[in-house]
Amino acid sequence: MGLIDALLAAYAYLVANFDEFLGLLAEHLALVLVSVTLAIMIAIPMGVLATRNERAKSIVMSFGNVSQTIPTLAIIALVFPILGLGFLPALVGLFAYALLPILTNTVAGLENVDESTVEAARGMGMTENQILRQIQLPLAVPVIFAGIRTSAVLNVGTAYLAFFIGGGGLGVWVISGISLFNTPQLLAGAIPGALLAIGLDSLFGFIEGRLSGESMPEQSPAAG
Amino acid sequence: MTKTNTTGTTEASDTMIKFDGVTKIYSDQTVAIEDISFEVERGTTTVFVGPSGCGKTTTMTLVNRMQDPTEGTVYYDGADIQELDKVDLRRDIGYVIQEIGLFDHMTVGENIATVPELKGWDQSRIDDRVDELLELMDLEPGTYRDQYPNALSGGQQQRIGVARALAADPDVLLMDEPFGALDPLTREELQDEFLEIQERIDTTILFVTHDINEALKMGDKIAIFDVGELVQYGSPREILHNPATDFVKDFIGDDKTLKELQITPVRDIMSESVPTAEQPTASAVTETGEDSTAALADGTGDQYVTPTDTVDIALSRMIETDTQSLPVVKDDDVVGTITESSIRAHQSNGGV
Repeated sequence: MGLIDALLAAYAYLVANFDEFLGLLAEHLALVLVSVTLAIMIAIPMGVLATRNERAKSIVMSFGNVSQTIPTLAIIALVFPILGLGFLPALVGLFAYALLPILTNTVAGLENVDESTVEAARGMGMTENQILRQIQLPLAVPVIFAGIRTSAVLNVGTAYLAFFIGGGGLGVWVISGISLFNTPQLLAGAIPGALLAIGLDSLFGFIEGRLSGESMPEQSPAAG
Repeated sequence: MTKTNTTGTTEASDTMIKFDGVTKIYSDQTVAIEDISFEVERGTTTVFVGPSGCGKTTTMTLVNRMQDPTEGTVYYDGADIQELDKVDLRRDIGYVIQEIGLFDHMTVGENIATVPELKGWDQSRIDDRVDELLELMDLEPGTYRDQYPNALSGGQQQRIGVARALAADPDVLLMDEPFGALDPLTREELQDEFLEIQERIDTTILFVTHDINEALKMGDKIAIFDVGELVQYGSPREILHNPATDFVKDFIGDDKTLKELQITPVRDIMSESVPTAEQPTASAVTETGEDSTAALADGTGDQYVTPTDTVDIALSRMIETDTQSLPVVKDDDVVGTITESSIRAHQSNGGV
């Protein structure tokens, strides 16, 4: 069976089972979006906290690093004995996995803001909160968003494993497709995932563009 | 130490900033400055000069409380700054740093508007002020207001840095090696521009540099620092004439007479020997004076000086053209004469 035939067969499978596909896609998207959104809400404040206090930083960063060293499959498996089967445990696993990229990028983004820029802001009479909100966070937006995009793309892939603990999603088709040597089913589950990853990446890229406006001109810095 | 009492600033104004026995020791036990006392008069420019690590920047940052003294007291307009609110104090003090520190995510206009925004000015007042400052800095508001700092040259960026520091009409302006990172040509351009601006504002300026020439050029008063110590505080002339220590002598260098000529304007030495000086027509001068401005039109334009030129330029032109006197010309009128002998006489009188 050639590649074209396989793709056609996968397309036929998708059309024939379109309602089921929409259900799985919705589950998959929900897993990714909810876990990444939660990760953003937790990781950015944690990152801010980390840059303000050396001790907090070492704790936060080691916590984030640990969550990332656990293999993708294991993190799903680790949640299962604690929370059992289903959507929620899968969500928790994905959330933990999405934390680190956002966290490290928040810390890096804030720390990369030029010390002299912060000094100028402080010297002009900005309070620490104003410096954070008006200077450091806006300047860190591109780096923080790079972390968010990494997390989102990573989690589109990781969410396939949610199937193992009954979390649903496109993994249902892919993994049963592998077990049953059902290539059309496998591809009908896998290809939309790849497109989803690209789509989410573009979406967050678009949000980033809106957030920072035209504030980051293309010119490279003329002076150091 | 005997001081000749020849300060350049004559207005009897009150004290804006006062250091009283101030010592700053950093948490790693480095003694940045030790027991420093001096006063800065309102509306003057005081330059802190000295080698790297001498404590000049530390001294300056004690004024806007970027640092707090370990011992002693700093007074701002009569008040102990430890009792003033840090944030309010900083909003009343302009701050320019060598690294400029513009906010790259904001436009030039937004950068300049920072302190007025913090102070809660009306939007229309802020807009007017931004345009006014851009014009003061010789940057066309329509062209530059909405640009981002990254698109500008180093010299333009520091002009914005100065404009931003002046935005809310600060009583005091702190400048930490503001022109230090610029190329020599741009630096001189900005120095000259800033001297002009300085005439127009009545801000008390503290200026840090490691360049003695810049200090002599910019300062009404100069404070020379050696490692942690204020070794001499006085007018450029006092410092050139009576260096307090060998360190100061070395720091000034061997060409102190030339340096002095560089800071003496022609108007201090010239004799107003042209009776028609006040008359606004050049023809009147031609009729009466031997120092005719007619020569200007004949292409020998270098054979005169203006009252605001410095004496070293006059001397240089005398040597160039092998003469002993030059006409002093202002707005196409001859207003006086400067001679080599008057320069020598001035110097041997101790520059008074």
